[in-house]
Amino acid sequence: MAIFLNKDSKVIVQGMTGATGMKHTKLMLADGTNIVGGVNPRKAGTSVDIDGNEIPVFGTVAEAMEKTGANVSVLFVPPAFAKAAVVEAIDAEIPLAVVITEGIAVHDSAAFYAYAVEKGNKTRIIGPNCPGLITPGQSNAGIIPGDITKPGRIGLVSKSGTLTYQMMYELRDIGFSSAVGIGGDPVIGTTHIDALAAFEADPDTDLIVMIGEIGGDAEERAAAFIKENVKKPVVGYVAGFTAPEGKTMGHAGAIVSGSSGTAAAKKEALEAAGVKVGKTPTETAKLARAILAG
Amino acid sequence: MDLFEYQARDLFAKHDVPVLAGEVIDTPEAARAATERLGGKSVVKAQVKVGGRGKAGGVKLAATPDEAVARATDILGMDIKGHTVHKVMIAETAPEILEEYYVSFLLDRANRTFLSIASVEGGMEIEEVAATRPEAVAKTPIDANEGVTPAKAREIVEAANFPAEVADKVADILVTLWKTFVAEDALLVEVNPLAKVASGDVIALDGKVSLDENAEFRQPEHEALQDKASANPLEAAAKEKNLNYVKLDGEVGIIGNGAGLVMSTLDVVAYAGEAHGGVKPANFLDIGGGASAAVMANGLEIILGDPDVKSVFVNVFGGITACDEVANGIVQALQLLADRGEEVTKPLVVRLDGNNAELGRKILSDANHPLVQRVDTMDGAADKAAELAAAK
Repeated sequence: MAIFLNKDSKVIVQGMTGATGMKHTKLMLADGTNIVGGVNPRKAGTSVDIDGNEIPVFGTVAEAMEKTGANVSVLFVPPAFAKAAVVEAIDAEIPLAVVITEGIAVHDSAAFYAYAVEKGNKTRIIGPNCPGLITPGQSNAGIIPGDITKPGRIGLVSKSGTLTYQMMYELRDIGFSSAVGIGGDPVIGTTHIDALAAFEADPDTDLIVMIGEIGGDAEERAAAFIKENVKKPVVGYVAGFTAPEGKTMGHAGAIVSGSSGTAAAKKEALEAAGVKVGKTPTETAKLARAILAG
Repeated sequence: MDLFEYQARDLFAKHDVPVLAGEVIDTPEAARAATERLGGKSVVKAQVKVGGRGKAGGVKLAATPDEAVARATDILGMDIKGHTVHKVMIAETAPEILEEYYVSFLLDRANRTFLSIASVEGGMEIEEVAATRPEAVAKTPIDANEGVTPAKAREIVEAANFPAEVADKVADILVTLWKTFVAEDALLVEVNPLAKVASGDVIALDGKVSLDENAEFRQPEHEALQDKASANPLEAAAKEKNLNYVKLDGEVGIIGNGAGLVMSTLDVVAYAGEAHGGVKPANFLDIGGGASAAVMANGLEIILGDPDVKSVFVNVFGGITACDEVANGIVQALQLLADRGEEVTKPLVVRLDGNNAELGRKILSDANHPLVQRVDTMDGAADKAAELAAAK
């Protein structure tokens, strides 16, 4: 089972022929991902040999889907062209678009998110500015190292890439059903709540680890969701207790969320929802171990 | 990036939002000519990126050019909530203000869309109004692709109950303000107060703008808006080298990869520091994904150049970043500093895990630098770095 991604996922890579795209396509293949094609209009009709795998390059996402049955796209498209690439994926109605690209302007990500909603949410967007997701032993869509851990029964959702890796490493002997890096940008497609709901419904997940960081009120909203909807045990970690107070956004920021966005406020909200919250990644892993040991 | 009021004013003017005349100066004497250009009287306004400058004495009326020089002398160099005033704006004096409104556009992270906020009760107490009487503040979602059309502007005006006699003017301003928001890739444009003056005109008297640094690739002119004068010298040096660095007030220098892991590292060091005389992290430095040896060397050079730093903690989990590159960077940076004749006396604690960790650890062991210690867990390494900082 796992969430969003499994052994049957057929993956294409938008931006595969660039240096970063090539490097990570190679790594994804090594992790057993079924990569069925790349997309680059200027190289349509050619193919690329990656470690003995002949990967065809298509002109558009729609063509790649039609010819290969692809249902996941991973995007390594530079920031200036990312909006057009995501819009293309949405127009093709690919079920999952994983946007790895870092540094996309917020007006662009807000525009493609709004476009996905207008088109009836047929495309789940993960990211941008995220490491993607991995279902160990089955498929890897993004840049999470495939050799940190093995298949298991912990579900992980995190804003931060390196904290995702750190937590997978801490609990590597237990293993993960899926680990999803949702990204730390102000506008992201898939939220903590989306991943929590999917893990709650996933029969292969016994415990959920949720990693947040300062800024916004996503963790507070996730806490409210957990209280009402999640029966499985959830362990949390929030980074940024000692971070300096962020930039003030005029009066408007405070008016909007009514939340301070501090790590302390997030920890408190999560604990009030019954989530055990660790002070460090290592302590968080210990809390998860204790729960799984019964 | 948050802008100064005068920069916000300039952007508003560029996109046809009505503003008063004004110019920015940085010497008292320049206030004279600026005030003369405005007809002999002006308002002298401190330019600081913090609220409450009026109450702090940072905004003064000047009835003559001489008085403007005197007021500018008072205000330049003033400290307002920890911000030194390096510039003042010499602004046209406002006509008699009859009413003060509030309007803004910003990103609504929770709903992943844009939002308009408008109130006919603008002014200094707007946050108080929002907290105690939320019904007086109209929030209207804006579709990122449709934007603020004249019809949407009218909807906002009605939702906020603007009086009929200013409705058309405020709606026009909302359209131009939205134009500013989009054209400049802003995260926030705020006008407070938006004033109705005796002539019946509606004017943006003060504003805040925050720009999206991710949009710099298509906003080449935004670089000139950076506040280089107030930047901490270490932060400025780091920015030159494209490093994501923030100076803090502790003693343990921090280098890591990925914003989340670095923030977590600050926390772990602060906790560990509680047992070592309360030492704290000295900075935030994220060398990012896929960082090369050269980037590592640049980062280490900045941190070792900080006189407050007593020990350094390099915390890397190799995802894209390869630990052997990081280890080479550390060795190279120390060599580079030694070649320049700079004596490095600060101990380094290094924790490497993940991609090529064994290779990286071996490089450090082989280099056998007297100041470098390897500790292979994050909590253990933080404790060691805090202990070393406390012992200095």
